[in-house]
Amino acid sequence: MSTDVNVKMDAIPGLDPNAMPLQVKDLHVEFRTRNGIAHAVNGVSFDLRAGETRAILGESGCGKSVTAQAIMGILDSPPGFVTGGQILYRGVDLLKLPESQRRKVRANKIAMIFQDALSALNPVFTVGFQLGELFRKHRGMSRRDAKARSIELLDLVKIPAARQRVNEYPHQFSGGMRQRVMIAMALALDPEILIADEPTTALDVTVQAQIMALLAELQRERNMGLVLITHDMGVVADVADRISVMYAGRVIEEAPVEDIYASPAHPYTKGLLESIPRLDLKGQELSAIKGLPPALTNIPKGCAFNPRCRYAQDVCRQDPSPPLYQVSPVRTAACHFWKEVKGDE
Amino acid sequence: MSDYVLETRDLVKHFPLTRGILFKKQIGAVRAVDGVNLQLRRGETLGIVGESGCGKSTLARMLVGLENPTSGDLFVQGRNMAKVGGADRRRGRRNIQLVMQDPYTSLNPRMTVGDIVGEPFEVHPDVVPRNKRRARVQELLELVGLNPEHINRYPHQFSGGQRQRIGIARALALNPEIILCDEPVSALDVSIQAQVINLLEKLQNELGLSYVFIAHDLSVVRHIADRVAVMYLGKIVEIGTEDEIYENPTHPYTQALLSAVPVPDPKLRGLRDQIVLTGDVPSPANPPSGCRFRTRCWKAQDICAEKEPLLVPQAKSPHPSACHFAEVRDVVHAVD
Repeated sequence: MSTDVNVKMDAIPGLDPNAMPLQVKDLHVEFRTRNGIAHAVNGVSFDLRAGETRAILGESGCGKSVTAQAIMGILDSPPGFVTGGQILYRGVDLLKLPESQRRKVRANKIAMIFQDALSALNPVFTVGFQLGELFRKHRGMSRRDAKARSIELLDLVKIPAARQRVNEYPHQFSGGMRQRVMIAMALALDPEILIADEPTTALDVTVQAQIMALLAELQRERNMGLVLITHDMGVVADVADRISVMYAGRVIEEAPVEDIYASPAHPYTKGLLESIPRLDLKGQELSAIKGLPPALTNIPKGCAFNPRCRYAQDVCRQDPSPPLYQVSPVRTAACHFWKEVKGDE
Repeated sequence: MSDYVLETRDLVKHFPLTRGILFKKQIGAVRAVDGVNLQLRRGETLGIVGESGCGKSTLARMLVGLENPTSGDLFVQGRNMAKVGGADRRRGRRNIQLVMQDPYTSLNPRMTVGDIVGEPFEVHPDVVPRNKRRARVQELLELVGLNPEHINRYPHQFSGGQRQRIGIARALALNPEIILCDEPVSALDVSIQAQVINLLEKLQNELGLSYVFIAHDLSVVRHIADRVAVMYLGKIVEIGTEDEIYENPTHPYTQALLSAVPVPDPKLRGLRDQIVLTGDVPSPANPPSGCRFRTRCWKAQDICAEKEPLLVPQAKSPHPSACHFAEVRDVVHAVD
């Protein structure tokens, strides 16, 4: 829909339109704090094809949001530093681009939806002004045109009476409507890749269903790649194509969605699946994962999960941490004992 | 004496909306809770589910006595808490204690764990003699799976799950019969949630507690509850056993709510009956006439606007459901 304004993306050298839309390779991020260095991301790799939904699943503090911030280039720095790896957008390493060129990618090609729409929107500007800002800054439109486009966008995300609501402030919207505004903002410049960081965590279930349906519809229409960051195993099962499960800053299992739910190959994934109550079954006692996730300033030696793992042996407690074993041609798991984990159902 | 440890009759809470500064005039009311009848049996878990703004937290606050009902009766072990005052009321409150949602803000950061868990004894000094209190607090900490030696630590030295255990220990301090859990696990990570749910179940078995379990996560409620009440805009729209509500829901709102919950099984994708509601919950200051759900309901007819459906067993609904057109519909499992 925004083909009317020509974006000079060709200005970025090395851009290959046939390359994979997004590839993250061995990304490392650390936070240098007074209490020591927190290793938030320790070698994360994944890729995203056009039109695909990649879920990044993990609990708080596993590094999933930091990964998203690094991809967007909005990491708080200091204290956060990308210390290694590559983030390739169609073959171009975003980490090596100067800020001026990175800005062209941000919002134009890779956009992001944040978890808490109320704090992500500016309370002192109208929704229309904040949406229009994208068109004014990135496309050089006039105020009047930008506003017209904002109304179109609000219509697109199914906000009723868009013409009136465009002049309202974020606090006048309900939680679900605010999240729709966030989606409108992310889609404004027709990005190829959308990163959604816990887009429905703050919402009620019926509203969550509305928002996920809307995202799926828009993704299909535009053949957009979606990186869905969440801790909700139910949402993932409903929408994702491939999953990366993260623990203590590493991807510990990567697989197509059906495989992971049918036969998890990492004890952490398995534990997560066994610890959630299900709507369609009256369960027995939940088998909780014992213990706590590690502090990122002090990640255990060897496999980060070993203190909580029922399969752990001596080899798990020694460096190096387990590599990603090829479980099948399409999936990997970072566990020395993946065969046992996967086998004993 | 009835068999119920907790019973409410037509419990109502309206928050007045006023205009003017010096001469305040009431111009309306937010009808947060509008006529709720509940019974809780001994040793039972009653789940209350509903979306934000449905009044479930206001109901919780009334049940524990943090809020006075506008009208209606609230019986805790046969004692009408809405009518009694003073010492009687305080004694009654002892039997119903609250576990709060957010373990980060519900514990005073300047108090040690021992002081937090022991504080109920300051209010009710006759429960445990002064010289035995410390030992009792350590006993409580052990009961909820914390190290009794950590009695002198401060809340910030604990993780989220451990803090929720502290909150549970505090609720248990006065040997209550009823524990009211207001979203006790929604602030916790998935792997920690299961630990806390298992602890609550263990305590119920050991101490014979009755729970009122308020949550928006329907999967968690199904796991823990014996009976479930579904609230919408200040009223209960459907109530029944866990099996009745989840396997044979009859109210359209319950059906929509259940169908919106994602099930962690990719094999069911696209196979479940999906009901996507349009619009938002109406304002409780100005609820729709008749049935409150009619503005979002696909079954609504003229009668829904004129006559409010009562929460009674309907023609095609074996358990109470407040809908003129109640009918069983399976929305949880794959269809066909």
